[in-house]
Amino acid sequence: MKIPELLKVNEIFRGLWITFRSMFEKPVTIQYPEEKRPPKPRFKGRHALKRYDNGLEKCIGCALCAAACPSDAIFVEPAENTDEERYSPGERYAATYEINLMRCIYCGFCADACPTEAIVLEHIYELAYLDRREAFFTKEKLLDPVPDSGRETPQAVEPGLFNRSIPEMKDPV
Amino acid sequence: MSEKITLTIDSQQVITEKGTKVVDAAKSAGIDISVFCYHPKLEPVGACRICLVEIGRTQRDRSTGELVLEADGTPQISFSGNLETACTVPVAEGMVIHTANEKVTKAREDILEFILTSHPLDCPVCDKGGECSLQEMTFEYGLGESRFPLDEKIHLGKHLPLGDMITLDQERCIQCGRCVRFQKEIAADPVLEFYHRGRKTDIVSYSNPPFDSYWSGNTTDLCPVGALTTRDFRFEARIWEMNASPSICSHCTVGCNITLNTRLDPKTGRSKIQRVMPRQNEWVNEIWICDKGRFAHNFTSSEERLTKPLARNPEGKLKPVTWQKAIKIASERLKSHPDGLVTLAGGRLANEDFYQLRTLTEGLSGKLILDSSLAGGDLTARVGLGQGSNIKDLGSGTAILVIACDLEEEAPLWWLRVRAAAERGATLIVANPRETKLEKSAEYILRYEYGEETQTVLDLLEKESEASRVFKEAENGIVLFGSEGMNFGSSQVLAQACANLLIKTNHVGKTNNGLMAVWPEVNTQGAWDMGFKPDENLPEALKGAETLIIAGADPVGDGIIPDLKGKFLLVQELFLTETAAQADLVLPVLAVTEKSGTFTSGERRVQLFEMALPASGECLADHEIAAKLGQALGIEMIQGSAEQVLEEIIKHQPGYASLSLAALGEVPEQQPFVAKEVLSYTGTVFRNTSGVGVQLPSAAENGKMPLEKFTLPQKGFGDGTLAVPVTRLYDQGIMVRTSEILSPRLIKNQLILNPIDAEKEGLSAGIRVEISLGERTYEAAVDIDQKVPVGVILIPRSMGIPLDGPENAVLKAVK
Repeated sequence: MKIPELLKVNEIFRGLWITFRSMFEKPVTIQYPEEKRPPKPRFKGRHALKRYDNGLEKCIGCALCAAACPSDAIFVEPAENTDEERYSPGERYAATYEINLMRCIYCGFCADACPTEAIVLEHIYELAYLDRREAFFTKEKLLDPVPDSGRETPQAVEPGLFNRSIPEMKDPV
Repeated sequence: MSEKITLTIDSQQVITEKGTKVVDAAKSAGIDISVFCYHPKLEPVGACRICLVEIGRTQRDRSTGELVLEADGTPQISFSGNLETACTVPVAEGMVIHTANEKVTKAREDILEFILTSHPLDCPVCDKGGECSLQEMTFEYGLGESRFPLDEKIHLGKHLPLGDMITLDQERCIQCGRCVRFQKEIAADPVLEFYHRGRKTDIVSYSNPPFDSYWSGNTTDLCPVGALTTRDFRFEARIWEMNASPSICSHCTVGCNITLNTRLDPKTGRSKIQRVMPRQNEWVNEIWICDKGRFAHNFTSSEERLTKPLARNPEGKLKPVTWQKAIKIASERLKSHPDGLVTLAGGRLANEDFYQLRTLTEGLSGKLILDSSLAGGDLTARVGLGQGSNIKDLGSGTAILVIACDLEEEAPLWWLRVRAAAERGATLIVANPRETKLEKSAEYILRYEYGEETQTVLDLLEKESEASRVFKEAENGIVLFGSEGMNFGSSQVLAQACANLLIKTNHVGKTNNGLMAVWPEVNTQGAWDMGFKPDENLPEALKGAETLIIAGADPVGDGIIPDLKGKFLLVQELFLTETAAQADLVLPVLAVTEKSGTFTSGERRVQLFEMALPASGECLADHEIAAKLGQALGIEMIQGSAEQVLEEIIKHQPGYASLSLAALGEVPEQQPFVAKEVLSYTGTVFRNTSGVGVQLPSAAENGKMPLEKFTLPQKGFGDGTLAVPVTRLYDQGIMVRTSEILSPRLIKNQLILNPIDAEKEGLSAGIRVEISLGERTYEAAVDIDQKVPVGVILIPRSMGIPLDGPENAVLKAVK
């Protein structure tokens, strides 16, 4: 009977040793939100709509993301580009693009379905909101800012410059 | 019955009629052979080669003519070694066909790979994506990878306008020629043709304006790829996002079956019609609809629609009120002034609306009037088209008389079907004072002067002529009459003369025989059946009324009566029409897309339509308003849905007793077989799953019909120039005007003259003139057309010159 009780005392000291040791280790916790931990490369956070270097939107309004979405969180309404008012290099663009983040399950099927890699699940994870309506991410909120090399959409372009229905370019001129 | 042939397709024994093409024989056995260029309604061409199959035939000994047999006694089958197109080869006794063996599969893969070499593969942005035959076939049989380099794809024109309503994408075109053949064979508007050769082959339209046809939308249904798409639906929605509701087109009396595709409109937050598609009904519209039916749908979502009841306040302005208040105003008035009620209804209401309005009006001892200038609804009920009739079945042995109407402008689908019957061998007799398009297919053309239409029918009956003999001897006889150049009185006489012609020649009370009226509106026949009748002197009847209920009619806007002041006027309308603007009470009603009910077509076929959109604003159906009024006035009326009212109609309405909700929803098997899973065979027409309707029996089917005597009317007009109202398909009514896409094709404010008359008056096309009709004068531009008879000015209806019938006119150029 005595030997097991002695062992227990031993265990207490072993536990206390871990506590003592960690007093001299670097802490794992960080001072969020002042400090932020970089997500893993394949982390799937909130969506962003991408632009080409010239500022044109990659999204062509095909609504395949909405079709692929298992929780019906995406709504797309397409419209036609003209050379005077061009949003994307293709024939059409998304006039309305909305994601209901309350429905989204971050599966990334939308990004998989996208033929132009326009929608990407970014590393954005700060999604708290105070009003349910803020959970509807409209096109304005989702679109990346215009890169330095590009212009704001809609752009007026030379007629005949963009004549493909789906752009073939990685980064158009 | 034609000869039966037995053959084997994929080791399945198939019995079919002689002359059937292999592809159709396979289809009847449930075997799908892929097709692009073949369509069961069009002549085969064998252009795309996707339907290649291996065909083995029996052998006959040359000397004896006996079948060559194998050792086991079965006929010897020899395969030629070449593949053949299943769409062009007719079946033969003992044929053995392989549709899916290795050789065929390989060939199909190769053809697909070859078709895809010049296809842009822009399915994500293509309006056809999701219901495209090429997409479907590539999923089913495609290799997934092509041996042809992607960079070598040739690039051709994208989004080129092929007419005002259709967009052509040259890259996507696979040169199947379905559109070209449709325009030639079915629409008889050969305005499309191939241009250039090889990979640059292109579809062009050589009419002016381009693609000038009332049928252009059908080519987008037939197109197996996204080469032809409508401008109306361009980039509106994806196919799979939309709801589909069965409906009936409300633009003319044919009652084409349509499917309304609806989807949320983010701008308004409400459901909106994105496109109108044909729904198969081989008894009514087969798989076609005209462009008016397809593109004139924007009126339902128009901003101009009334959404709240309006009542005139003490200052004399129309102000919104609640329904309770509105019903109270109306019922108090009707209680305090129970006499002198007149209910005027237009032909766009459903049978249920007419029935409830009638019950209400009869409860108040009022008078029912139908807003129509064409008579004969009682006659079509008596000697109308026999039960089970189908113009599609008619061919040789049938005589069809079309009198006093321009069928293509007034009931386009009937024009299509009557023309097709003539092509199949039916004798077509067209009687009209001017040349109409139907005459191209007519065997006999009877030309008469305005005012002599009844005499023309009498001559057919009494005088000896070739046309008269053919009509009398024909196995089946049909008469279609319209209202061109007539007012109510003269059309009544014409209708009776037509009925007498049919009775005397024994063409009543039988299938495929009888009288058809080319009604101006979708449910004019239903209105007659429910007890509404036009009044010979409508202005007087309206003037004599103390209280007026006007539903779906605009007598002020139509110029029947200048104003309706000094009476209590209750108007049930979609829009604030000129009549509604004078009303004391305006009640907003549901459009046909927002309610359910039944329409009775000119062939007396009762068809169901369902609700496709939620109600706009506070609108109610016409029958609901009538029921509410009835309740407030203590009249015993059914209070309930359209279905409950329909059951009441079936119970109490003679002639409608043979109906039942179940019968209306029945869908017999139809040929060609439409299935969404096999789009390539019939195109994107919708399958009918909600009923083909029930054709009512005519009274003549239950007994002999007596001949009615009538007196020939005196010509109501003197010599000199005659102004004649005519109906044009793309009129300026609010239902059509609200459709932006049709606007370039709408009728202009033009009077149409013969070049001889124009020269005499010193007028040329485009000059503005003043036209005096009695004491009224109007201004319009001049248009010149060879087809107008000398001494006649054609005035299209709805362009602002109201005309009840032909009238003498004086023209004067405006300085």
